[in-house]
Amino acid sequence: MGIVSPGFQGRPRTQEPALPPGQYLTEDFPVLSAGPTPRVSLDTWEFVISAENGSEHRWSWQELMALPQETPMVDIHCVTRWSKLGTNWQGVSLDTLLADVDTGAHFALAHSYGGYTTNLPLDDLRGGRAWVVHTFDGAPLPAEHGGPARLLVPHLYFWKSAKWVRGLRLKTMDEPGFWETAGYHDYGDPWREQRYQGD
Amino acid sequence: MATNTQRRTPNRWQVGRLVERRVETPTAQTLVLEVPDWPGHLPGQHVDLRLTAPDGYQAARSYSIAGPAVDGPGGPRIEVTVQRVHDGEVSPYLIDVFGAGDPVEVRGPLGGWFIWRPEESAPVQLVAGGSGIVPLMAMIRARRAVGSKAPFRLIYSVRTPGDVIYADELRRRVRDDFGLDVAYVYTREAPEGWRGEPHRIGLADVNTHGWPPDLEPLTYVCGPTAFVETVADLLVGLGHPSRRVKTERFGPTG
Repeated sequence: MGIVSPGFQGRPRTQEPALPPGQYLTEDFPVLSAGPTPRVSLDTWEFVISAENGSEHRWSWQELMALPQETPMVDIHCVTRWSKLGTNWQGVSLDTLLADVDTGAHFALAHSYGGYTTNLPLDDLRGGRAWVVHTFDGAPLPAEHGGPARLLVPHLYFWKSAKWVRGLRLKTMDEPGFWETAGYHDYGDPWREQRYQGD
Repeated sequence: MATNTQRRTPNRWQVGRLVERRVETPTAQTLVLEVPDWPGHLPGQHVDLRLTAPDGYQAARSYSIAGPAVDGPGGPRIEVTVQRVHDGEVSPYLIDVFGAGDPVEVRGPLGGWFIWRPEESAPVQLVAGGSGIVPLMAMIRARRAVGSKAPFRLIYSVRTPGDVIYADELRRRVRDDFGLDVAYVYTREAPEGWRGEPHRIGLADVNTHGWPPDLEPLTYVCGPTAFVETVADLLVGLGHPSRRVKTERFGPTG
């Protein structure tokens, strides 16, 4: 426990659901991004997984939509300290997308339209824990929230859920992405409060 | 015992104390905190402040640092400007209750992207919406402090003239800081004698008061999400490459 702040009470604790340490609940959907919002046409959109051996798997928008769709309802936690509970998405599991990819890689670097990148262990994209989503609350995902499609990896801080996702590069060595290079944690587990390097 | 390097990592919470408070507007105040082990920072970076209640409950929020650190008798001092958030948990405490000499836990500096490096010589355009001025003011203050010749233009959107944070200082700097221009956009109520109607920021404002893309300026946009989305889209539409436009969005973070 830190030093007590004289006169500070904070919000009532009674109805607070369990949140990761240092987070507070929001009903809004705040936006965090580092630059202008890219506008991506569905005609040219594609999602590409490049394995470490150089092989590539590509999906057009129509091909993505033709894959089995899932509707995860998940809690999301942003490193800027807001958490939002019970969010509803629709998209394709990374298990589906990775099923035919022959790889021995341990890491993935997600990359986006607009140039954003973020790194994750490949295992964290498997096991029903990660999706490429295109629908939020029953409507097409707005561009400011990452549309046409974003990664959804809700068990990590939300910067790992790359907006405007364009593909994954599978890697034998971990390579830090955009925020990870700017001082944020390499893994980003909200329950262990891994916000910044060294946490 | 911790080495000097370890002690100076931003990952450690340390105790700061309030040494001075300045009223900026009816809803915004600047808090000057003495932070003995402050390691220094770049303009645009932020700091986390953490409060603890008697039962151990904690709440932390990020605040932009408003200017360069200065040396005081008890060590380095940093400034943050806090905008009161209606129904907020932390900002009303910092504005109404937090008193001179009171402790607060501090962690920083944080954020390695939305920063201006004083050795940069490229023209800079700053676009602020409301309390989004704070990290941009840090850049304006740092520019003068290091004697930078980089030409700066600030476009500052506020609801009314009374909402301008740092109003007197900005007037003075426009006069004294060679190479700094400031233009205002009023969304609800303009000052007496203002030409034009109150309006939300638009293409003409950015085109008239910003730098043209062929000068390859660095752009920093900070404000509420809708404001930042609008301005960033306008800048890209005018031909500024996305990579030269850095944004920081303020949500209702209490």
